[in-house]
Amino acid sequence: MTGMWLQFLVTGITVGAIYALVAIGFSIVFNASNVINFAQGEFVMIGGMSAVSLLATGIPMTLALPGAVAVAAIVGLVVEKLAIERARRADVVPLIIITIGASIFLRGLAQLVFDKSVHRLPPLAGERPLDVFGAAVVPQSLWVIGVTLVIVVALTLFFHRTRAGKAMRAVSHNRLAAELVGIDVRKVLRASFGLAAALGAVGGVLIAPIAFTSYDAGIMLGLKGFAAAMLGGLGSFPGAVAGGLTLGVLESAGAGYVSSAYKDAIAFVILLAVLLLRPDGLLGARSRDRV
Amino acid sequence: MTARMFASAIVLSISCAATAALAQAPIKVGAFLSITGPAAFLGDPEQKTLEMYVERINASGGVAGRKLELVVYDDAGDAEKARTFARRLLEQDKVDVLVGGSTTGTTMAAVPLAEQAQTPFISLAGAVGIVEPVKKWVFKTPHTDRMACEKVFADMRARKLVKVAIISGTGGFDKSMRGECLKVAGNFGVEVVADESYGAADTDMSAQLTKIRGNAAVQAVLNAGFGQGPAIVTRNYRQLGLAMPLYQSHGVASAEYVKLAGSAAEGVRLPAAALLVADILPDTDKQKPVVVAYKHDYEARYKSEVSAFGGHAYDGLMLAVDAMKRAGGADKAKVRDALEATRGYVGTGGVVNMTATDHMGLDETAFRMLEVKNGAWVLVR
Repeated sequence: MTGMWLQFLVTGITVGAIYALVAIGFSIVFNASNVINFAQGEFVMIGGMSAVSLLATGIPMTLALPGAVAVAAIVGLVVEKLAIERARRADVVPLIIITIGASIFLRGLAQLVFDKSVHRLPPLAGERPLDVFGAAVVPQSLWVIGVTLVIVVALTLFFHRTRAGKAMRAVSHNRLAAELVGIDVRKVLRASFGLAAALGAVGGVLIAPIAFTSYDAGIMLGLKGFAAAMLGGLGSFPGAVAGGLTLGVLESAGAGYVSSAYKDAIAFVILLAVLLLRPDGLLGARSRDRV
Repeated sequence: MTARMFASAIVLSISCAATAALAQAPIKVGAFLSITGPAAFLGDPEQKTLEMYVERINASGGVAGRKLELVVYDDAGDAEKARTFARRLLEQDKVDVLVGGSTTGTTMAAVPLAEQAQTPFISLAGAVGIVEPVKKWVFKTPHTDRMACEKVFADMRARKLVKVAIISGTGGFDKSMRGECLKVAGNFGVEVVADESYGAADTDMSAQLTKIRGNAAVQAVLNAGFGQGPAIVTRNYRQLGLAMPLYQSHGVASAEYVKLAGSAAEGVRLPAAALLVADILPDTDKQKPVVVAYKHDYEARYKSEVSAFGGHAYDGLMLAVDAMKRAGGADKAKVRDALEATRGYVGTGGVVNMTATDHMGLDETAFRMLEVKNGAWVLVR
């Protein structure tokens, strides 16, 4: 049964890459503002649902998919402008609660703007599964994994090599100091929401052919993505990927070897254990708040 | 008194009765449905159906000389809200009959209230537990999951598939159906050799299916599921190259399932109500006129595909109206007795014959075994 464990691994990595994409979005906003943006799952949903709606109007795939990402980015900017910026003097906790409110609002809005049924996007590269040493791999999973890797590399370069990226990091380290050296904190916050929303939407567009999308698809993805981000260490992109993949593989192996009934429980118990032993996650920066 | 005076007195009294009837308060039909939330695909067509037919019934003169008034609340699939709304319908709105409870959970939350208020309650949800044991005031229109299991196992036995794997979700419908299937499998000489599950929002079921693939005894797979899960199961099933026959439940008997699962759905069998295959039913089928008319009405008005769930609401409303006509009004006790005495009512869900011990009144003829061929449903045999 070598095919069996390999299949579990492949399945886990595919699901894990999806979680990783969501987790990266959490990390971007967290880095810029120390806020955990619970509307991240909704950005994923908006990406998927916008792509479905755009395709339905007859726009070709090559325009519909980037279009959907753009729609989500705009929604991200609007949410920041209308909800977060107005409360910018507030503490982190009220801001987090605002993001929860935004997520409920966006979900409700999606029911009205889109519809309440489940949709599927056509895959980017065929549906015929590839045979990898006896395990079936859907081409779309390779897209998910590949794009996730590209995004991680690009983001790491962006945050470490460019002025804008460095400014965003500076704000996360010390907001006041960043303001004093002339960084426009508001702009950074807005950019982080736009970027996180766009990345979430990329995830939403990529996974809709595998996992479908609907107005409420963001809830569970947001939760699992958050768990992945915590597991890997909030704020760390390699951590988000490691956390996502670990979570995905644990779930899949748990379903395969132990019992599918306890699949989610297994993943979350391990998450709890990691948080108890390493509160900053697997790859998180330790003692961030040293004074 | 001259004959003439006598005649005019009769005319007068008749016209008085008529104006009295028109001026009479409308009969109130109360509905709590899951119009939004995770079960919106149930509540949405149910609400549309109720609205459309209440309008139509009123346009053609109402029931027993009185108009119908529909009061609808959205419980968003939440049993707690359903309880609140059911109480409001019974106590504040003072409805004459309750129709609703899109899900088993919301229905069960309202059952004690309807019993206490002694108001006829027609549920639109699936589980056997709603009418078993029989509750005096509670009826239901959809077929049960047990009947679906029986239909599937009978078909499996006919194909000599006796070692079966069940894969089900963790939602209420899935769990209930899995339980019923495990209970009745033995009656059909079918043995359940594998039993897997998945979460309601899972995006991949390959791990569970790989486990089933590794079990050499399995001859057929039954997915007791609801929502988008079964479509993902179907896709993963084909991706992994599983070749045994795959059965789905009546829970996904919709065009949406075929659309989501795509070519992977080819050859999948499932039990479903006649409504789904209205157009390909033979003309001799008793249900054909009813289901064709409902499908046509619904699709013409709402420009969206008809679903079995809207059909449940149609049956619920029509059963209530039928009972009120026979009871000659909306007296709760009389309507209840009339509901229980329903015989040979032909609805979208089947031919209904209620008795004191059967408050659903359907038998397995209500189900048709369907197979997906070239992206469309066809009747098996």
